[in-house]
Amino acid sequence: MMDTFAALAHGMAVAIQPMNLLYALIGVFLGTAVGVLPGIGPALTVALLLPVTYKLDPGGSLIMFAGIYYGGMYGGSTTAILINTPGESASMATALEGNKMAKAGRGGPALATSAIGSFVAGTLATIGLAFLAPWLVDFAVRFGPEDYFALMCVAFVTVSATFGDSPVRGLTSLFIGLTLGLVGIDKLTGQARLAFGVPELLDGVEVTTLAVGLFAVGEALYVASRRHHTEEKLEPVRGSLWMTKEDWKRSWKPWLRGTMFGFPIGALPAGGAEIPTFLSYSTEKRLTKHPEEFGKGAIEGVAGPEAANNASAAGTLVPLLTLGLPTSATAAMMLAGFQQYGLNPGPLLFAERPDLVWGLIASLFIANCMLLVLNLPLVGLWVRLLAIPQPWLYAGILVFATMGTIAAKPSVVELSMLAGFGVLGFLMRRFDFPIAPVVVGLILGPIAESQLRRALAISLGDPMTLVQSPISATLLAVALIALLAPFVLKGLGRFKANED
Amino acid sequence: MTLGDPAQPPRRVDRAGLVVAALLAGLAAVLVWDARGLQSAAMYGMGPEAMPVVVASGLALLAIGNFIDALRGNLPARESADPLPVVLILIGLALLIAIIGFGGGFILATSALFVTTSAAFGRRAILVDSVIALVMSTLIYLAFDRLLTLSLPAGPLERLL
Repeated sequence: MMDTFAALAHGMAVAIQPMNLLYALIGVFLGTAVGVLPGIGPALTVALLLPVTYKLDPGGSLIMFAGIYYGGMYGGSTTAILINTPGESASMATALEGNKMAKAGRGGPALATSAIGSFVAGTLATIGLAFLAPWLVDFAVRFGPEDYFALMCVAFVTVSATFGDSPVRGLTSLFIGLTLGLVGIDKLTGQARLAFGVPELLDGVEVTTLAVGLFAVGEALYVASRRHHTEEKLEPVRGSLWMTKEDWKRSWKPWLRGTMFGFPIGALPAGGAEIPTFLSYSTEKRLTKHPEEFGKGAIEGVAGPEAANNASAAGTLVPLLTLGLPTSATAAMMLAGFQQYGLNPGPLLFAERPDLVWGLIASLFIANCMLLVLNLPLVGLWVRLLAIPQPWLYAGILVFATMGTIAAKPSVVELSMLAGFGVLGFLMRRFDFPIAPVVVGLILGPIAESQLRRALAISLGDPMTLVQSPISATLLAVALIALLAPFVLKGLGRFKANED
Repeated sequence: MTLGDPAQPPRRVDRAGLVVAALLAGLAAVLVWDARGLQSAAMYGMGPEAMPVVVASGLALLAIGNFIDALRGNLPARESADPLPVVLILIGLALLIAIIGFGGGFILATSALFVTTSAAFGRRAILVDSVIALVMSTLIYLAFDRLLTLSLPAGPLERLL
């Protein structure tokens, strides 16, 4: 317990150095500015802004990242409230009630409750992260390679199969990611796999190229293809920005309940902010004293899900920092940010670079405070960003998206891959395949393979090693149950439907 | 690109779904074909060819799963899509790649992408957009190449700066 406080105090000392404060401020500002653009969720925000941090030192860059992460989340909810285009499914509940509030001229209080709720949830969840992380690290140092492999299996299944609409389509996405992860030189034997004689492919597929292609280019193509369907309407922020006493009274409990849903579910290696936000939404709907307002702009319906969303975002940092396990697309992009400096999050990073890890955690607190101070007064500026005409907006997004790749690797092959992943992202959106499992598969696939091969090399090729370790056996059982559960439940559902 | 018909009744064989299944099966075959050329150097445990085979088996199973879904026609409904803007943006990306490939530089390449994308989203003021694109990409070039010292490819325009 005392160790955590000492470490956190040390982290604070790192984070409040003037340069680091400046990095956090730039991160928060850029994150909000990009996140507020319609159709851009936090994962894409982080992917687009990754090149900006190339030239910084790891500490400063990660601190800027913390700001970008929270800024992107906050910007996303502004868009959801003011134009009803949730950049990600986790903002759907916010859009549901928040946009109705904005239409009724209560956009100000909706933005305020989401900002303050995000602050409350983010702060509480970061405290949770600070206390849970060292404990998990103590546990994780005992993990052998077979346990890590089993853990990755759990992540694969939960990210792709358990919580999506269709396990088959989720797993298809995951296996596309795993296939992309195979491309390049095999680290153990030096043989090229799936490179087809193209030298640029020997280094493997860049995570940022894949993410920017799938998210940015894919989204632009998708929106362009169905432009004739949707007419986006920006709700002006009318009336007071501030919440009334009644608003406060109706908001504080949803904030706390949202945090209680968001943090634990985010911290599980299951990922996804959709479940906690929808749990929070339905809970608030049940508990409210104003049930008639739900569906017409109830403030509880914004306060709760927003808090749940932010708390689960902080929660996903628990498996990311302690185990190196990304469970959301955003966390996968954060991991890519670590990897660009050759850093691998996990128990070792806590031991070797405590200044970095705790500086990052402390920066999360600071970024949260900055957001609260920055966003409400600047809401007018963000609204103006939202009013950029769609043609210029998406043209600008594509220019920025390609700029990252051009700056990193200005080769025809790399740019063609970016365009190819863009088409893939478009087709996946069109045919309703989830995107995040592809990115998670690309990042975790190679790690899972090397852990498995290490485990089998240690056991002299005996596959029983996977079930002889109690941790690994338990995790593999969990993965198996999580894999089969949706199919079994679907079968039960069909059985029930037949009975009716 | 297959574009769905919004009036399609449910429970019909979904052709796009069949294509997806076929593509997955093809990908699995490529993986196995590629893995055959690898030599297993590992004395114990698994060599480099094991994982591709595992992934290929998964893809094959998923091809079957997608095939069944497509036959039953229980894929989510699709809205109609307009292919023209998609093609326009892809032309923009192709222009960008070609200009970078032939040494035309960052400013010209991104300007071409900007103008085609803007046109794909319904703008018809190509001249105005070209000016905006040139000014914007020049500013980006100066900011990132000179201030942040990222190296962006230089062409004739960049050398004038």
